[in-house]
Amino acid sequence: MFSYIKMLGCGALGILEILGSYGMFLLTAFFWLFSSPLKFRRVLEQIVFIGVKSTVIVLLTGAFTGMVFALQVFYALSKFGGESLLGPTVALSLIRELGPVVSALMITGRAGSALSSEIGIMRITEQIDALEIMAVNPYRYLIVPNMVAAIVSFPLLGAFFSIIGIWGGYLVGVKLLGVSEGTYFGEMSNFVDMKDITMGITKSLSFGLIVSLVCCYKGYYTEYGAKGVGKAITQSVVISSVLILIWDYFITSISL
Amino acid sequence: MITVRDAYKSFNGNQVLKGLSLEIRDGEMFALIGRSGLGKSVLLKHIIGLMRPDKGEIFVDDQNISSLRGKQLVAIRQKFGYLFQEGALFDSLTVFENVAFPLREKTAMKDPEIKERVFAELEQMGLKNDAQKYPAELSGGMRKRASLARAMIMQPSIMLFDEPTTGLDPIIGQSILNYIQLCHRRLGFTGIIVTHDVPRVFSIVQKIAMMDAGRIIINGTYDEIVSQNNPEFKQFLSGSIEGPLHYV
Repeated sequence: MFSYIKMLGCGALGILEILGSYGMFLLTAFFWLFSSPLKFRRVLEQIVFIGVKSTVIVLLTGAFTGMVFALQVFYALSKFGGESLLGPTVALSLIRELGPVVSALMITGRAGSALSSEIGIMRITEQIDALEIMAVNPYRYLIVPNMVAAIVSFPLLGAFFSIIGIWGGYLVGVKLLGVSEGTYFGEMSNFVDMKDITMGITKSLSFGLIVSLVCCYKGYYTEYGAKGVGKAITQSVVISSVLILIWDYFITSISL
Repeated sequence: MITVRDAYKSFNGNQVLKGLSLEIRDGEMFALIGRSGLGKSVLLKHIIGLMRPDKGEIFVDDQNISSLRGKQLVAIRQKFGYLFQEGALFDSLTVFENVAFPLREKTAMKDPEIKERVFAELEQMGLKNDAQKYPAELSGGMRKRASLARAMIMQPSIMLFDEPTTGLDPIIGQSILNYIQLCHRRLGFTGIIVTHDVPRVFSIVQKIAMMDAGRIIINGTYDEIVSQNNPEFKQFLSGSIEGPLHYV
């Protein structure tokens, strides 16, 4: 019994230690974000890396997500003659849920993994030590630009995902299944309001922060060797993806 | 002046520094030799403030670097240059960008002046025609020279060299030592070279210290050490496995 309690206590302490470490990492990044001028060139480079280079994959997955979603929703709505609600259902689902979440998962797979491997390799090849020796703060040079770039890129890509998804739904619903164009878009403007768009943006912003925090943290504290970098990449993608889904549930349940 | 006073450091119970003391005068070139894996690079990282001793003090120009934080640590680090064993060049930047990096980050120099300084430094290192190459496109010797150029560009007053000739053939290794000597004559820095490249390194240093079991066991000029007829030094020089030093 005593050993069981001890094990539980050790586990809880371990979790607290990890959370504290993430918290300190985030606080240090915020300190450097607000206490020194932002490195705009680095931020732009990272927006290209995280955002621009993820655009194609986000648009592609967005279009097909919208298309398949329209097919499934049309099938369900047609059971009770509610086909006219296809447009708003597709739009609300994409703007509030699928756009921010699926785009964040796609960016995590493409850019998050690359981010943690880049920082991890810099760690094991002493490039981060080299920054410190040159009196260049690694948080300011490496971590802050990545976080800012992610916070800028995630909402934009989430919006692209939703727009192209609505267009995909339009192709299937209007061009393939015969829903009228006026109904598809007209009903959409009746049902979707600013609150839904704000929610989608809020989710994307928080996902950007979560993914960049986890990926930068895992890269920064990579253990030595190729195995350490591989482990950091896997953990950063898995933890980021799980946190996206958990945080999505909480933020949705709070705002409803 | 660099002074290490009674420094102790352990990692996971493994005592690496055991009351190590050392003094290096301004402008002196100093070789730190000893068996692999016994804490020479750890000592360098203590001197530059990347690691802190569990006990003891490390003074750089009368400032206790192990107690410095924030801006004070940043200020003192600007006196240092560091040549990493593997170069530690930024692999996403070209040779030119690597060498220009400290100037861009730490000075207000304009691009034309940076370009002039970087190309002058690269010319010294024989890398003028390789400025646009990435580190992955360079040979081991070229990487070391590029790294040396990056370390020298800020004209440091203290230079730390972590095994500058390891992994290089004897000719390239000698050329790196010649470059180091050239830079020392030009800039007059205090230099510490951690190396196994004996006896070749003795030609470019004024003093030698040998480290073993977490302490300095021999310290002096080459002539002084040779005159002491020290068995550890003789064994290290000959590379014999028979003697007072056991391989670990």
